[in-house]
Amino acid sequence: MSLLKYESQIREPLVDGDKDYHQVTEDIIRPIEMKPSRLWYIGFYISVALLLFGAYSVYREVTYGIGQWNLNKTIGWGWDITNFVWWVGIGHAGTLISAILLLFRQGWRTGVNRAAEAMTIFAVMCAGQFPIWHMGRVWMAFFVLPYPNSRGPLWVNFNSPLLWDVFAISTYFTVSLLFWYSGLIPDLATVRDRAKTKLRKLLYGVASFGWTGSTKHWQRHESLSLVLAGLSTPLVLSVHTIVSFDFATSVVPGWHTTIFPPYFVAGAIFSGFAMVQTLMIILRKVFALHDYITLGHIEAMNKVIVLTGSIVGIAYITELFIAWYGQNPYEWYAFSENRANLFSPYGWSYWLMMFCNVVSPQMFWFKKLRRNIAFTFFMSIIVNIGMWYERFVIIVTSTYRDYLPSSWSTYYSPSIWEIGFYLGTFGLFFTCFFLFAKYMPVIAVAEIKAILKTSGENYKHKMTDIERADSDKFYIEEVEHAH
Amino acid sequence: MAGGIKKFVVGCFEDEAVLFPAVKNVRRAGYKIHDVYTPFPVHGLDHAMGIRETSLHTAGFIYGITGTTTALTCISWIFTKDWPLNIGGKPHFALPAWIPITFELTVLFAAVGMVLTFCYLCQLSPFVKKHHFHPRATDDLFVMAIECTDRTNDSEVQAFLQNAGATEVNVQHAETGWWIGRYDKEQKLYADVEKGY
Repeated sequence: MSLLKYESQIREPLVDGDKDYHQVTEDIIRPIEMKPSRLWYIGFYISVALLLFGAYSVYREVTYGIGQWNLNKTIGWGWDITNFVWWVGIGHAGTLISAILLLFRQGWRTGVNRAAEAMTIFAVMCAGQFPIWHMGRVWMAFFVLPYPNSRGPLWVNFNSPLLWDVFAISTYFTVSLLFWYSGLIPDLATVRDRAKTKLRKLLYGVASFGWTGSTKHWQRHESLSLVLAGLSTPLVLSVHTIVSFDFATSVVPGWHTTIFPPYFVAGAIFSGFAMVQTLMIILRKVFALHDYITLGHIEAMNKVIVLTGSIVGIAYITELFIAWYGQNPYEWYAFSENRANLFSPYGWSYWLMMFCNVVSPQMFWFKKLRRNIAFTFFMSIIVNIGMWYERFVIIVTSTYRDYLPSSWSTYYSPSIWEIGFYLGTFGLFFTCFFLFAKYMPVIAVAEIKAILKTSGENYKHKMTDIERADSDKFYIEEVEHAH
Repeated sequence: MAGGIKKFVVGCFEDEAVLFPAVKNVRRAGYKIHDVYTPFPVHGLDHAMGIRETSLHTAGFIYGITGTTTALTCISWIFTKDWPLNIGGKPHFALPAWIPITFELTVLFAAVGMVLTFCYLCQLSPFVKKHHFHPRATDDLFVMAIECTDRTNDSEVQAFLQNAGATEVNVQHAETGWWIGRYDKEQKLYADVEKGY
């Protein structure tokens, strides 16, 4: 049958095991219909505890002011903006997987896109907390919105990268949410139609918007996904470009560089993929999804990690070279003394960053290591630590010694409330993720079904048999005949 | 929005490879396919059924352009007419600095507009309910609904579908439009039909 579309037999299957359409539904929806495991409860309660601690830290910060964090005269941006950039960066991998890999027609994205998009949304939610609470007088946060007001009207500054950030992050969040949810609707309808209890029928009935699976609706859905992917691709690049403008448009040594946009985007994808790895490895273990998130998926993501890690490495070295080549004494001082000198107060963080982001991912050139789950998990943590330090290095080592040596401060270390705020966003992120994993299909069911017959293991075997039979026939008919 | 109650012959297929020739044969025989419900997007099925291309992406383009013009007109009016801020003596009309926001608004308008249009066209919303011909249409069945007219011999259509490879065939009276309802409650409109509504 011509419908059995051909895909090269050299490519490994994307869905393992002997599956049919119904089995796919069963495998992915069953965890939603069962009571959560002990492990789920433990994880969920730890996350909620962290979230509450974060909420208390924020409460202290709002009550007593930014001074609760150990920020000082020269270091006005400490952990909070480090965390902001880190969380936004993590979000980028989700969009890369769901949008850019869709445009590139990468079949393996179907196994991981749903959870990665969820990760994007939760990560952007966490990121958004930092600039908002960093405002200090958070009840005035709506001042960032341009609306005709009674203050003149006094408008916001459209020429400021900080305002671009407001637009970029809120657009990114909205578009990611729409993209994710429009993909979820058909799968939620699947849950709805299998529901046994009244409450389930009601809730999933409301959430699935009355989806029927009509051909015309699918046609529009496909068109919508494709255009949203096309919109998200430049959007995701613009978001981290604009985040990098927060630094690059200033005149602070170490920040004022044109390399920042591509370097930030590559770094964002790098750290995001590391986070996707962390989450996927846990997810496939907890929900027994080995057949859908295969070693092939893990390996593909590790390839992205080694590529983007190397791009980041080149960016670090280029930046260092240009600082020397540019012959600006302040720029060169920021790099040679504040960063590259291991014995300067924060030199250790620069070399930790170099090791985690540039040296360690090179291990993934080895196929054995790319396909090793435990090693990948370990590496994903290392990369995330490294990428957190990248932002820390950029922010702290450029600001702790400014142009005026009398105001140099080398004593910045975060307070417990600043750390608590960061832990709180972990709480927020994992609380959301645990709820998502429990109540929504963590793998795009419809998309897996759509690739099942070209990339499922059992169908691939069938294809191989047909091919072999064909070549045998060819041999008998053509080759032997010729002799 | 009631579309009226109609009579349908429903055939369920287990494999899209069987469905495609069946769609072709049903259309050739002159029956009117109301719709085919599938658990995932089956590529080429819309063409096989003779459904025209969607113009949703054109709508998206128009929304995008609207976003671009909104951003540019708003910012330039604000910064050149309403409240011209002197920022280091630089020009008030600072187009390059407005590119990021203009771009973001283009994307935002296009995405939000398209999703809303998609929901409107497909009648998707919370608390919207429609008739479902088979609960497994979102799981593993490809469900074809053929609309019957007064002159249709439904047993003939049923036999035709069975020949075409349908594993399950039945006749249903169904509301074609959507109504406000909940999925944990009985389908009122359909129940009325059975009572002789």
